[in-house]
Formats: sequence, C-alpha cells, structure tokens
Amino acid sequence: MDLALAPETLARWQFGITTVYHFLFVPLTISLAALTAGLQTAWVRTEKEKYLKATKFWGKLFLINIAMGVVTGIVQEFQFGMNWSDYSRFVGDIFGAPLAFEALIAFFFESTFIGLWIFGWDKLPKKIHLACIWMVSIGTILSAYFILAANSWMQHPVGYKIDRARHRAELTDFWAVLTQNTALSQAFHTLAASFLTGGAFMVGIAAFHLARKKHIRVMKTSLRLGLVTVVIAGLLTAISGDTLGKVMYKQQPMKMASAEALWDGQKPAPFSIFAYGDVEKGHNTVAIEIPGLLSFLADDNFTSYVPGINDVNKAEQQKFGPGDYRPNIPVAFWGFRWMIGFGMASFAIGLAGLWLTRKKFLLPKHLRVGEDEVPHLVLFKNKALSPKLSPWYWRIATWTLAFPLIANSWGWIFTETGRQPWVVYGVLRTRDAVSPGVSQAEVLTSMIVFTALYAILAVVEVKLLAKYVKAGPPELTEADLNPPTKIGGDTRDADKPMAFSY
Amino acid sequence: MHLHDVWFVLIAVLWTGYFFLEGFDFGVGILTKLLARDRPERRVLINTIGPVWDGNEVWLLTAGGATFAAFPEWYATLFSGFYLPLLVILVCLIVRGVAFEYRAKRPEENWQRNWEHAIFWTSLIPAFLWGVAFGNIVRGVKIDQHFEYVGTVWDLLNPYALLGGLVTLTLFTFHGAVFTALKTVGDIRVRARKLALRVGLVTAVAALAFLLWTQADTGNGRSLVALIVAGAALVAALVANQAGREGWSFALSGLTIVAAVAMLFLSLFPNVMPSTLNGDWSLTVTNASSSPYTLKIMTWCAGIATPIVLLYQGWTYWVFRKRIGTQHLAADIAH
Repeated sequence: MDLALAPETLARWQFGITTVYHFLFVPLTISLAALTAGLQTAWVRTEKEKYLKATKFWGKLFLINIAMGVVTGIVQEFQFGMNWSDYSRFVGDIFGAPLAFEALIAFFFESTFIGLWIFGWDKLPKKIHLACIWMVSIGTILSAYFILAANSWMQHPVGYKIDRARHRAELTDFWAVLTQNTALSQAFHTLAASFLTGGAFMVGIAAFHLARKKHIRVMKTSLRLGLVTVVIAGLLTAISGDTLGKVMYKQQPMKMASAEALWDGQKPAPFSIFAYGDVEKGHNTVAIEIPGLLSFLADDNFTSYVPGINDVNKAEQQKFGPGDYRPNIPVAFWGFRWMIGFGMASFAIGLAGLWLTRKKFLLPKHLRVGEDEVPHLVLFKNKALSPKLSPWYWRIATWTLAFPLIANSWGWIFTETGRQPWVVYGVLRTRDAVSPGVSQAEVLTSMIVFTALYAILAVVEVKLLAKYVKAGPPELTEADLNPPTKIGGDTRDADKPMAFSY
Repeated sequence: MHLHDVWFVLIAVLWTGYFFLEGFDFGVGILTKLLARDRPERRVLINTIGPVWDGNEVWLLTAGGATFAAFPEWYATLFSGFYLPLLVILVCLIVRGVAFEYRAKRPEENWQRNWEHAIFWTSLIPAFLWGVAFGNIVRGVKIDQHFEYVGTVWDLLNPYALLGGLVTLTLFTFHGAVFTALKTVGDIRVRARKLALRVGLVTAVAALAFLLWTQADTGNGRSLVALIVAGAALVAALVANQAGREGWSFALSGLTIVAAVAMLFLSLFPNVMPSTLNGDWSLTVTNASSSPYTLKIMTWCAGIATPIVLLYQGWTYWVFRKRIGTQHLAADIAH
C-alpha cells in the first residue's frame, strides 16, 4: 500500500487537521469568556456605558467563535473510537476518565450557562446574569485542564500498570494523572498562551477601529485591557514554557533534541537559531547557534549535558528493540521556532503598545489627548511626523491578532510531532494505535469530508467575524440599561424575542 | 451489584437523557419545515429550544466520554464499526450547531433560509440514524474474536434497524410537536397539537412493531414491563394532547422515550454489543469494562456531578418557562 495513503498516515493527518482547527477556537474561547466576564463585571460595578457596549461587542465575537469551538470539539471526542480504536482499547481505562470528567463537570457547566447568558439578558437580574458568564469561563478553564491532563498522560504516562492478560494499561492513581508536573506545566502554559491569544485579538481589533477613529471610548478601554492581558499572559507563557521545557528535557529527551536539531549530545549544548540538516545522515550542514543556552533552558545550568537525537535513538533502540525512534525532525525544529517566534512577537508588540499608550501624566503635554481622541503612537521627536505616522502603527498592530494563533498551532504540532513514533511515550506506538477494522477508503472519506466542511466553515466564520468587527459595538437601548429585577423577566415582555443571539 | 453493572445503568441513563432532551430539539428542528408557515413562526420554533439545545447535546458527549472510560472495548468497537453512519451524524451535529448560532447573524433572507434548510436536515438525519444505530446494537452485529466489527455499512441497514430509525424519527418529531404546543401561544400552538396527533399515531404503529420485534428476539420479563410502560405512556400522551393538557402530554411523551430506551437496554443486558457470528465473541459488561479502580473513581464523579447538573439544567428550563409566540414580534426583528 502506498505509504502516503496508509490508514495510519491518513488518520494522523485527520487528527492533525481537526485538532489544529479546533484549537484555533479554543484559546479564544477560554480568554474571551474571562475578558468578557471582566468587562461585564466592570459594567455592573461602575454602570459606565462603555463597559456594557464593550461587553456586548466582545461577547458577540466570543459567541461566534465558541460556536465553532463547540461543534469542532464533538469530532475530537469521537475520532479516538473511529480512527484509533486500538488506542482506545489499550488506554481507555486511563484516558477515558478525564474525558468523562470533562463532559460531566466542564461541558455541562459551559453549555448550560452559555444558554442562560445568551438568552438571559432580559430574563435575569444583572448580578445573576453576570454570574452566568463567569460560570462559562470556569467551565472553559476546567475543560482545558482535563483535556491537557489527558494529553500530558500521553506525553508522560504515570499512575498506571500494564495488564498483560487483557493487553491494556490500567489506572492505578488518578490523582497522579491529574497532578503530575507535565499536566500542571502544560495547563499553565496553554492557559497563559490562551490569554495571550485573546489579548492580542482585542488589541488587533481595537487598533483596527482606532486607526479609523471610530468607537474611540470603547476601543481605547479594550485596547488597554488587551495590551495588559498580552503583556501579563506573555510573561506567564514564557515562564511556563521554560518550566515545560525543563520537564520535557527530563521526560522526553528526544523531543528536546529534535526541537533543537541537536544530533549529538553536547556539554555545554548550544541553542540553535537556524539549522539545516541531513536527516538520513543525522547531522546539520548549516547551523547558527548561541553557545550554552540550550543547557540553561534544559537544566538551569549553562554547562549541563544535553543528549542528542542520535544518542536518544540508540538508547531507545536498546530499550525497546530495533527501529527508528526519531520524530519528523524538520517539523519539530521549525514548529518549535514558529511557536516561540510568533509568541515573542505578540508579547513585544504588546509591551511596545503599553508603553506608547501609557497614562496621560507620563506623556509630554502636547501629546496628551482627551477621552474622545485617539492617542498618537509616538516614536519620533518630530511633532508633525508622529500624528501622520500613527495610523500606520495602528494598522500594523491589527495584525498582532494573528500571531498567537500561529504560535498556538505550531505549539501543538510541535508537541504532538515531537512524541512520535509513540502515541503514548514509551508505552504504545502510533502504528499500533489505529483502528484495524477501518478501511483506507473510510478514513480517506472522513478526512476529505471534515477538511472540506472545515474549510467552508472557516470562510463563513471569518466573514461573520469581519462583519461584526466592522459593525463595532451596538447602540444601547432602554432595555439594555434597565435589566429585569426578577428571574424570568417581566410579564409584559414574556413573548419578546430573545434577540441577543439567534 | 458490580460497578460495571452500575455503569451499564448509568450509560443507559445518559442515552435516555440525551434522547429525552435532544429528542425534542431534534423534533422542533424537523417541525421548522412541517409546522412553521413563515419566517416569524420558524423563528419562534427556534427560540423555544434556543437556550437549551447546546446543554441537551452535552448528554451525548457525556454518554460518549463515559462509554470510553467505563467500557473502552464497547466504545472502540462501536465507533470504529459504525464509522460511516457516525461520520454522517457528526457532520450533521457540526452543521446544526453552527446553523443555530449563525442563522440570525445576517439579515438576508437567503442566508437565513439556507441555515433553516440545514436545521431541518441536520435534525432529521441524526434522529433517524440514532435509531438505526441502536437497532443494530441490540440486534447484534458481525463482531470477530478480537472484538472488531467485520461487517460492512450495508449490514447496518437491515430492516430491523431501519424500523428502529423510523421509530426514533417519528417519536422525536412527536416529542417535539408536543413540546412546541407546550412552549408557544396562538395559532402555532393549536397546529402543533393537531400535528402531534397525526405524528403520534404513526409513532405508535412503528414503535409497537419495533418493540414487539425486540421483545420477541431478545426480550425478557423486565423488558416486557418497560414495553408495556412505553406503550401505555404513548397512548396517554396522545390522550393528554387531545385534551389540551400540554404539560402532561410532554411528560408522557418523555416517559415513552425513557421506557423505550430502558426496554432496549434491558433486552441488551448483560451484553453491550452482541456478536451475530459467535455468542462467545459478544461484548459484555464484564469483558468490555474498565478496571474496578477506574469505575470507582468514575462512580464518585458521577454521583457528585450528576445531581448538580440536573439542578442547574432544571433551573434553565425554569428561567425560560414562559410560552412564546409571534404576536409581539416586530416586523424588523421577526427574522
């Protein structure tokens, strides 16, 4: 059989496509839920209209996005059984539990309270309605945690034993699965990156409106909130990424070596900025490196030994028998770089933005602006030049919103590719995990169907987002400013359409 | 009682919850073509399920996740074996969710009509296919000694399973019509009741045939009791519908679903997926289940989480308990 169309290859492609696509929406859902909740809290506390407008504006974009997150998530749960039935049989005892927990504890929470939030604007008192969006936010975070615990178990299996008679792995310590350091640092890293994504999304869209001098009050508030989020989340992403790197060095040396295209172990080991190598011969022909940095990243010590790809491959051959234990090294190497590069870029833009839009009293007098004016982004002393250049900077800032999305996607591709050829590191190989009874035609069909469907939905989603982004925050009505005081709303509007979303 | 028996019951409960809840929202989706005459009426129908369909669907995700955790072999055999029908269901659920969310996001009539077509088909197809799937699970399929499904997709389309599909399709439509009568005011409520009668009669014939067939094939004493309850509840639901007692009618159409699903699971037990090739190759609650430790943890989780879920989902229905209608829909927001 042609290897490119083998069911295993197709199933992997399908998993990659559906997961990366799903993960375009998940980080935005997680962060926008919390940010919208924050804005709504500000409204309930201060009763300033700009906060309510911001809540409705970002809330709408959040809803367009979460719809896609929810529907693409359904596929994730079922494709383990469809394409990876031997995986499901082998690890269901362990892997199924966090999935079931996620559904029981997080999904119900999220989906029930999102219904209440969408339709509850004129049915619930202010504070109860506010509590609903916080519940949604808690649900999204819990959901992410359980999934990341499940994934971390695949990266670093703990709390299990192998039952040879039933040919499967069995759970012995669920608490260990939920709280092992891989799960904790991966959750920390992913959640921080999610907020980086949501913050950059806000910055980008707010900058888009500010460049056109529209909806200035709402967008200035959103811009500041977005910038602060980007900077804090960016720092946390970097810190947690560093922690995760050290965990990876101990638990998955092959992934670390591949991320660096470090063929042979070195002491001290350099960090590679650029590398071009020969996978067959196992060495690089071109490499630009920073000496000692990899040792430091891996082990907090500039002179530590870091094993190379060839060393780990040999060690694994001795342990698990003959075979090639190397992942796709160019994908791992470049995935790692794109992840860090785009993540850092959004952090840098956030930091610059925060500096450029800093509080009034820090700016020289002639650059201060009133509440209804757009601040100039000043990089020059020339007073005449900066107002002219400002709109260009706003436009550049708009592009920030794409950076974390790219970083996230590559982050997942890296972490999943780096584990290959294992599906559960050191326990189960990917080739032993596919569904033996599912034909090539079936996998090919579903891959084409999902990819085509996702492509169409992507167009629809982006067009809708663009429409609502351009429309800007809504005008507020009497009803918006005077929510009901009792549950169920007032009797006079019982059959008023629940108009916020549908 | 062993924990794997408890989990068999819990998974039956999750599927029952799913069919009870998403049953009526599938039904309402189907009614957008059968009952609604114009855009405002379609809007009202969609509004009756707007706040709850997403929460209803999570019952399916939970049933799937719980099966994965409690009976990994069942999960693996079922979802890899029923590959193509499941693919169709997944595509429908994806399009359906997006359709609800995106339909009113643009004002153009074309845009909304396309999503309304989508809502109709993506409600109808899964409503039918779930019955086909359960028909095959109960009847048994070609499973080999490695618990792999070795039949083809055509084996799944046998008369018994297709009849099962017709039952879920009509039963959910009936359930949806009764729900619509309960949730609306005005003309649409009267017509929903009339439609409920007609669909209910078809449902009664199909369901009776299917359940009797099941009873004759794999039934036992307990499943016979469930069969009688299902039949009686369906008749009582029709009577209540004629009497204009919509709350009762909905509760009874729900009870019909509960009893019918119970009957299927009772006639299945202790198998979870029988093999038609060799009785020894059947998946049972024992050979398909997880380890006692996993089941214990899951039982704790379900024991604590389920009552809470029922409480807040129940609260949602209470918040949105009022009937809705078209008479106050202003022309400009009637889409």
